[in-house]
Amino acid sequence: MADTRVYAALLRAGMAGQATYRASFAVELVGTAMGMGLDFVEIFAVFHQVPSIAGLSFVEVVLVFAIASTGFATADLLVGQSDAVIRHVRDGTFDVVLLRPLSVLGQLAAADVQLRRLGRVSVSLLLLVVVLVRLDLDWTPARAAMAVLAPIAATLVFGALFVAAGGIAFWVVDATEVTSALTYGSAYLAQWPTGVLTPVLARFFTFVIPAAFTGYLPALALLGKPDPTGLPDWLPWASPLAAVATAVAAGLVWRSGVRHYVGAGG
Amino acid sequence: MRAGFRRYAIYRRATLAGAFTNTVFGVIRVSIFFAAADASGGSVAGYDRAALSTYTWVGQGLIAVVWLFAWTPVTLRVRSGDVAIDLGRPVHPIAAWLAEDIGRAGQACLIRFIGPLLVGGLLYGLQVPTRWTTLPLFLLSAALAVVVSFGGRVLVSLIAFWLVDVRGVLTLYVLTSNVLCGLLVPVHFLPGWAQAFAYATPFPSMLQVPLDMATERYGDAESVALLAMQVGWAAVLLAVAVRVFDRGTRKLVLQGG
Repeated sequence: MADTRVYAALLRAGMAGQATYRASFAVELVGTAMGMGLDFVEIFAVFHQVPSIAGLSFVEVVLVFAIASTGFATADLLVGQSDAVIRHVRDGTFDVVLLRPLSVLGQLAAADVQLRRLGRVSVSLLLLVVVLVRLDLDWTPARAAMAVLAPIAATLVFGALFVAAGGIAFWVVDATEVTSALTYGSAYLAQWPTGVLTPVLARFFTFVIPAAFTGYLPALALLGKPDPTGLPDWLPWASPLAAVATAVAAGLVWRSGVRHYVGAGG
Repeated sequence: MRAGFRRYAIYRRATLAGAFTNTVFGVIRVSIFFAAADASGGSVAGYDRAALSTYTWVGQGLIAVVWLFAWTPVTLRVRSGDVAIDLGRPVHPIAAWLAEDIGRAGQACLIRFIGPLLVGGLLYGLQVPTRWTTLPLFLLSAALAVVVSFGGRVLVSLIAFWLVDVRGVLTLYVLTSNVLCGLLVPVHFLPGWAQAFAYATPFPSMLQVPLDMATERYGDAESVALLAMQVGWAAVLLAVAVRVFDRGTRKLVLQGG
């Protein structure tokens, strides 16, 4: 109970701070929603030129985009700041976080929650519902479960990427730019079918950095389509499991990072 | 100009990291375009694979040279009042900032332009120029793109004279420019009405035009006409920026008492 109260206090303080400047907050809210709109323009423009990409039509790619975008925006809202943990380390505020008998990640997430990302979360979710209705899928219980689990799994994978990047930052401070290039690069790639990549790159973004599990593979499961680069047909259905495994792995990286931390104080 | 070059040359690690990021995004973007070309019999909107690769990698290299991200130095100087120091200089502040920005762009050419272009060229191949005019046209056009981009950026930054928090405006500006300048997709991919709209703005002059030179999309006469368009936009934006700046400083004096 006491734990919940502390989290609630951190959350309230963070949210109150962000909502103080109402006009700025409104503009930023619109800004994140518009940022998503522009990613969408790219898909729209490519499909203005061609009827299909990697075997998927416009609406089908929009499904990939909607799942990945919902997951990315939600993860960014919750733990998007964890790769900036190194800032807390530099400022010396990280010791304060460690002193409290609470989860380090939980505190950082509660204190740094980025409310303006709600703009993108809500628009992505709306797009996902619209596209699921428009697609006229062959609904089975398994597909229905996948439709609900896919955005949650995507959130887990992107959350894991952010958290793992934060964990790595404790070991190699200079790696931040590289890890964030890979995190945001994955977010960009995840909006498109991974089938556009050469087989080697596609394997990399499936098994090393599991970006394919955030939008493309769950979408294949929902659509009942095979992967053109030759991944087995059962793999799309394993997306939620892969997401859990990724999250566990990221948790271990994070924990080893925090354990590695040595304060500068006397 | 030399100060700008030196100042940005110090951040060597940030430069390398930026080149790495541009390369990662370039790999993904070129893969999407190749898949689109494969889906429509080898070419999209007049671009074959070699042209798509050239468009992507020259574009990824130019991002940092013409600077298509959020840009805050002038905003910060206006907000902190440091702009008063710039006013005391013997040259107009807009001219001084332009000189510094050209120095910054020159420094960016070294690694941030050549890095992604080299990696991308080795991995995906580039279009070999068939005319001797291509290189001079491209270089001129890229230089003009830096000036047009600077004009747009400085104009938006000067809003800080009137608004306290310009972050939202800057974000909207970056998002709009990234679509209309041909960074996300070539402007030629867009539907006709959207292309017409884009060419009514200065944004294609910031990236699409030099990329058209690099991919030899137009003949020499048309290319020279595009250069003239860039010169026109550069002149208009700089002239407006100077006027807005002079207005803004009058307001600044009022505030300072």
